[in-house]
Order: sequence, then C-alpha cells, then structure tokens
Amino acid sequence: MTEPEQAGSERVNGGLKMMSRATYVREALLKNLFLLCAIVAVAAVALIFVFTIARGWEVVKDPGLAAFLGGAEWSSTLGRFGILPLVAGTLAITLGSLVLGAPLAIGTAIFLSEIASPRMRSIVRPAVEMLAGVPSVVYGFFGLVILRPIVAEITGGMGFGTLTASVILAVMIVPTIATLTEDALGSVPSGIREASYAMGATTWQTIYKVLLPAAKIGIIDATILGMGRAIGETMAVVMVAGNAPQFFKGLGAPIATLTSQIVIDMSYATGTHKTALFGLAIILFLISMGLVALVRALSRLNEKKA
Amino acid sequence: MTTTPVTAQTDSTEGVAKFSVRGLDFYYGDFHALTGITIDVAENAVTAFIGPSGCGKSTFLRCLNRMNDLIPGTRIEGRITLDGADIYGPGVDPVDLRRRVGMIFQQPNPFPMSIYDNVAFGPRLHGVKKKEELDGIVEQALVRANLWKEVKDIMGRGGLTLSGGQQQRLCIARVLAVQPDVLLMDEPCSAIDPTSVQKVEDLMAELKSSVTIIIVTHNMQQAARVSDETAFFLQERQGEPAELIEFARTAEIFTSPHDRRTEDYITGRFG
Repeated sequence: MTEPEQAGSERVNGGLKMMSRATYVREALLKNLFLLCAIVAVAAVALIFVFTIARGWEVVKDPGLAAFLGGAEWSSTLGRFGILPLVAGTLAITLGSLVLGAPLAIGTAIFLSEIASPRMRSIVRPAVEMLAGVPSVVYGFFGLVILRPIVAEITGGMGFGTLTASVILAVMIVPTIATLTEDALGSVPSGIREASYAMGATTWQTIYKVLLPAAKIGIIDATILGMGRAIGETMAVVMVAGNAPQFFKGLGAPIATLTSQIVIDMSYATGTHKTALFGLAIILFLISMGLVALVRALSRLNEKKA
Repeated sequence: MTTTPVTAQTDSTEGVAKFSVRGLDFYYGDFHALTGITIDVAENAVTAFIGPSGCGKSTFLRCLNRMNDLIPGTRIEGRITLDGADIYGPGVDPVDLRRRVGMIFQQPNPFPMSIYDNVAFGPRLHGVKKKEELDGIVEQALVRANLWKEVKDIMGRGGLTLSGGQQQRLCIARVLAVQPDVLLMDEPCSAIDPTSVQKVEDLMAELKSSVTIIIVTHNMQQAARVSDETAFFLQERQGEPAELIEFARTAEIFTSPHDRRTEDYITGRFG
C-alpha cells in the first residue's frame, strides 16, 4: 500500500513516513534546551559553593580551625572569630521555634487531614499555604512592632532575643511542616483508617494510636525540613533577635545566629573578618547538606519498611 | 470482657434474630441506594449476602455497624435492631456498637505494627493493660483465627510482613480479640490465594457456634459452601435503589428459588 506523497513528508519508506527533518530538529533543540536549564541550575549551586569555599577555607589558617570552631567569642574589634556563641544562638532559636511551631503545625495537619469538613479544609488550607508566601521582612516587622513590646513586658528588657525570634520563626515554619505532615497522613492507606474505626476506636484513638505511628517517618521528615527553614531564616531573625553574639542568657536576652551575624557584619568586614564570614557560610552549607541527607536516609528507610 | 449492651429503645418482640431490619432505605446524598430492606439475621449462623456488583450488599453490611456514618452525606431510614436494641436510636454510640459488631474487609488491612500489637489493639482500647492478661487474649484470639501456630515465634514482626492470607486471618484475630457478637465480612476472600480461602472458610464454620457471621460474597459457590441462609440483592435498573429480592435457607435458594430473578442470577444468566 502506498500513500499519496504529501508536501513536507518527502521520504516514504515501506508505507511508513519518516520523521520529517523539521520535527527532528525541533525535538533535538528542545531536549538540549531543557538540559541547559538543568545545567544552569546545578552550575549556580556549584558556583556558589565553590566560591564560598574558596573565600572561606582560609579560616583554617587565620584565625585557625580550633579558634574558629571552638572559640567562645565573636568580636570583630578584638579580632576574635569563634563561632560557638552563634551556633548556640542558632540552636536556641531553632529549638524554640520547633517546640512552639511543630505541635502547632502537626495539629493543623491533623485537623486538615482527619477532622475538617471539605468546606472547612478549603478555607484553612489556602490560609496555611499563604503563610509560606508572606515575605520574611513582613514577619520581622510584625515581630518588631507587635510582638517585641509584649515579650518585653513578660521578660523585661527590650524584648529583642530568643523568645521573640522563636515565636516569629515558629509561625514561619508552620506551612512547611503542616503541608508535609498532611501529605504523610494522606498517604496512610485508607483501609487502615477504616479498620481502626471498625474496631471501635474513636477519632482521637484512630489518630494517635494508628495514624500518627503509621505516618511517623513522614512527620519527622517534615519537622526536619521545618528545622532547615528555621536555621536558614535570616531577615526576620535579624530584625528581632537583638544581634549580640553571646551565649544564651535567658529568653529575653539578645542573641545572634550564624545567618544574622553574616548580615550584620558583611557591610564592613575585611581581611580575616570577611574570611570568617565565608567560614560561617560554609558551616551553613554543611548543615543544610546534612539535613537533606538525613531526610533522604529516612525516606529510604520508609520505603524499605513499606 | 463484658460488653455493654447498646441502650436506647428495646423491643422484646423479636425472637432469635440477632439483627432485625425493618423497611430500611439508604441514601448517598441524592442517590437512593437501597430500598425497603426487611430481614432477620439468625444468631450463631452464617448468613450470606449475594448479588451482582453494585447491588448494595456491601452498603447494607456497612449499615449494620454504622460504618456508613463515616461517609459525609449518607442518610438512613427504617429501623435496625441488634438483640432488640435500635442501633440508630437516639444516644447510641456507634463506637460502642462497633466493639460488638466486628468487621473484616476485602483488602486485608493490618496496622503497620507488630503482629502482637495488631491483636492487642482492641483490648488495649478497652483498657486492658496487664501484660499477662493481654498475652492470654492475644494467644486465644490467634488460636481461634487458626494463625497461632504460624506466628507464635514471630510475634514481634510487622503484621505487613505476613502473606495476604495470613494478614486476613490476622485481621480476624484482631477482631476476635474484643469478643464481638457479630462478624461482618465484606468479601473477605476475594483478595487472597485459594489455600487461604479454604482456611478462612474452615474458620467461619468453627466460629459460628459462638459468633453470628454475615458475609458478602461475589462467589456463589462460597455462599453455598459456608452459609446457612442466603439473601439475594439486586438493583434492577441503573439509577434505581437496590432491593432484597429473596431470603431463605441457602439450600433452598440454590435448589429451588422462588423468584425468577434469583434463579437467573444463580444459574449465571446475568451478573
């Protein structure tokens, strides 16, 4: 059977049309275009990473690795660049935000996944997602103007410090943890939910005896990613933390973090000081890589179990 | 373990019927799924619900332990009594009802926890805490479910590591651990292998002396093998509610059905 030859498809081979040259070229071009996109994205990360390491690795020479990682004082005027107070500050604020934010977020996710009516869900879910879209400077501003005076009332002092920063960060990490926890609960097979109700379990018993254990790893994942968000957040923290690189002296005392110190110092740092700031960036890189690796390891564990 | 009776209005007129259903209509939102169901389910016997797909037999089964309550927009009319007590009566706690009326699903659905914890789940809900007491209940339930020999040395292993047939018997053990009066089985054998089907059927014969069993099945041979009485459901036309066409002793349904539609179905003319 021979088909009448059409314009544009000049070659006919055993009745099957050959791919036209134009199609071939377009397909190849698109394929390469997408490849290019991927390469640019990866290259950007790699470039930042390499640049940061190139500028920061000299902390091992000056101030020296021990003085940098083990130093208990960060003071540019004295030329001391020990990161321990900043690590402690980051830990305090991250922990504070998780203690306040994780239960709130997990509770929200349980409400959305197990309790809310479809109508209620259609109102609450976009509201939670919107929290993720608010620029961090707005959170910081809110914290500065509304929250700080309240905290000052409670703790005394100016209200800049761990508590204010933790509360603001807690709200900021809610969408991350809530959305991922809701996904984790949603992926629990519905047969298990039915089995629990059919056994005479109440809604609450079904949630805490069956669903939460079944979704445990997903919820831990969600919390770790929320933690990553809290560790990396800068703008809002700078605005309310007080930015004093000192060890934790109480919930109302000023504090600085790895990220906030970079912002505070970067405009005037030179020499060793600047190198030390890049050193901080390397530490932040390593932390986020560690968290990503942890999440991936947990997901693999989860797959193996399922 | 003592079971609290389902309270609310009590009739003393019904005799040995475990479940007594009068004029039941059921709706999913605007969709009228079942109409005019009236049936008495005998105590300590196996009753089979048969009929083509979509004839509402599973829906009806799920009315008996109020699992349909969990689906928003469902509505029920008519009356269902368990031992004379109206299960939809005002103030009846569906949670308490479900403790007396256990359910086995088509797809085995053990919890993602150990074999032991799966069986201990129900007793723990009811407040059994002592280790020795739990151990006893768990062992007894597994023995009754004919699973004890296979799992007694691997009680700490995840329930999901068992084979499909073992998982289904684990689910049966999980229900038996709370000493239900009634066992509702929603096509319990359609997702497991033939050897396991045999085991589950044997199990039903053993259990019926102490538990009232209602089984929904697509498999007419199975209904003929395991049940004492059989109810045939049919939705005659698309969009119309399904009805109970005929209900009689199983031998009678399969040898001399009264209704032409029952005969057509069991001789394989449709469905």
